Amino acid sequence: MNISSALFLLIGSFLCISGGVGILRFPDFYTRMHAVGVTDTLATAMILIGLMLQNPDGLVIVKLVIILLMTLFISPTASHALASAAVHNNLMPKLEETEDNKKVSSSNP
Amino acid sequence: MKDLFAVIMLSGIYGLLSASFFVAMDAVDVAFTEASVGAGISTLLMLVAITITGRTERPQRHKPVLALVVVFVTGSLLIYGTLDMPYFGSAQAPVHQHVAPRYINDSMQEVGAPNIVTSVLASYRAFDTFGEVVVIFTAGMGVLALLSVVRHPREIARDNEKIDSLNKSMHEEHLILRIVVKILIPFILLYALYVQFHGDFGPGGGFQAGVIFAAAIILYSMLFGMSTARRVINQSVIQLFAAIGVLLYGSIGVISLLSGKNFLDYNVLSPDPVAGQHLGILLIELGVGFTVASVMVIIFFNFAGRKNDQQNKENNDS
Repeated sequence: MNISSALFLLIGSFLCISGGVGILRFPDFYTRMHAVGVTDTLATAMILIGLMLQNPDGLVIVKLVIILLMTLFISPTASHALASAAVHNNLMPKLEETEDNKKVSSSNP
Repeated sequence: MKDLFAVIMLSGIYGLLSASFFVAMDAVDVAFTEASVGAGISTLLMLVAITITGRTERPQRHKPVLALVVVFVTGSLLIYGTLDMPYFGSAQAPVHQHVAPRYINDSMQEVGAPNIVTSVLASYRAFDTFGEVVVIFTAGMGVLALLSVVRHPREIARDNEKIDSLNKSMHEEHLILRIVVKILIPFILLYALYVQFHGDFGPGGGFQAGVIFAAAIILYSMLFGMSTARRVINQSVIQLFAAIGVLLYGSIGVISLLSGKNFLDYNVLSPDPVAGQHLGILLIELGVGFTVASVMVIIFFNFAGRKNDQQNKENNDS
């Protein structure tokens, strides 16, 4: 039980850190948001599951399940709101400079 | 930093960080308050404020050397003052000699609330808390006096049109956000009630519950438009509730005065002193919750309503 819990916690922490690296290293807003939005939900879920395994009976597990459900609802919605706000304010994703993309970016600035 | 949006976000992050270190120092109630008030609602209210004032700071022509000198002098005086304070965590500090042992040893017999913070806040120090509630009430009244606008019937008719068009576009824009928020709002309100009435036993109480309740209403009005929210939350009713909260708190004090005890001495509310304390704490926390929730909603509605009026005026002019 302890080993599996530790495994889940480690995976969760690794995902958190990789999300943090992503937000620093990725080139533009959308990819950064992608890095954090995707890893964050899974990392939180992993850490919560790891904590559930620490104490498999009792009220704690119910509370953790509620937190997990809330996170699964809220975190993707927050990412969606952020991304749609960026689109709404005409923030264009950074595209690789090829012939096709130049046409696209010149046609809708 | 010139971008006020970034400044507000930084202050929100600061609130969240200080909430974390309050948890690390075992001050769960304070952390809860800091997370809901400092990181949550005050960030939100400041964001609403910059929608009125504009996003960037006005460029400064002079260099504020004098201000820097004043800040420096005050700061060094304060640091000089801390030299006289007892060493951090020292057992000989007056706090640990005088009142704290009394609260820890006797509050269970005298007040009977398992959460000592609540018994200190709502019973031993009830008068201070009354002062805080009055401060919040005064802030709400100040916002009302400065920013409230009388709404003409014509504007209300326009609101109704807006609500109709919004209901038609319901599933076209902000689809995901609106549906998720509709799912979440009942749980947020339920959680606020839990925090309100569980304050005797765990971290929580009127202040946090009021803020969470107001946050749910503000979330609703942000996503479904001010005009819909105005129809749901009647402004005069919410102003009445802000007053009722303070009155409820004060009248508990007056009742105990009339029964021949001190102001806010709950022992007289019931034949059994501990039951009286319990009832008293429940009622004043309810008063605090009413006032805090309604004042937050009043502040948000008046700030955001100002913005809408400005936009309407610009539309009419152009």
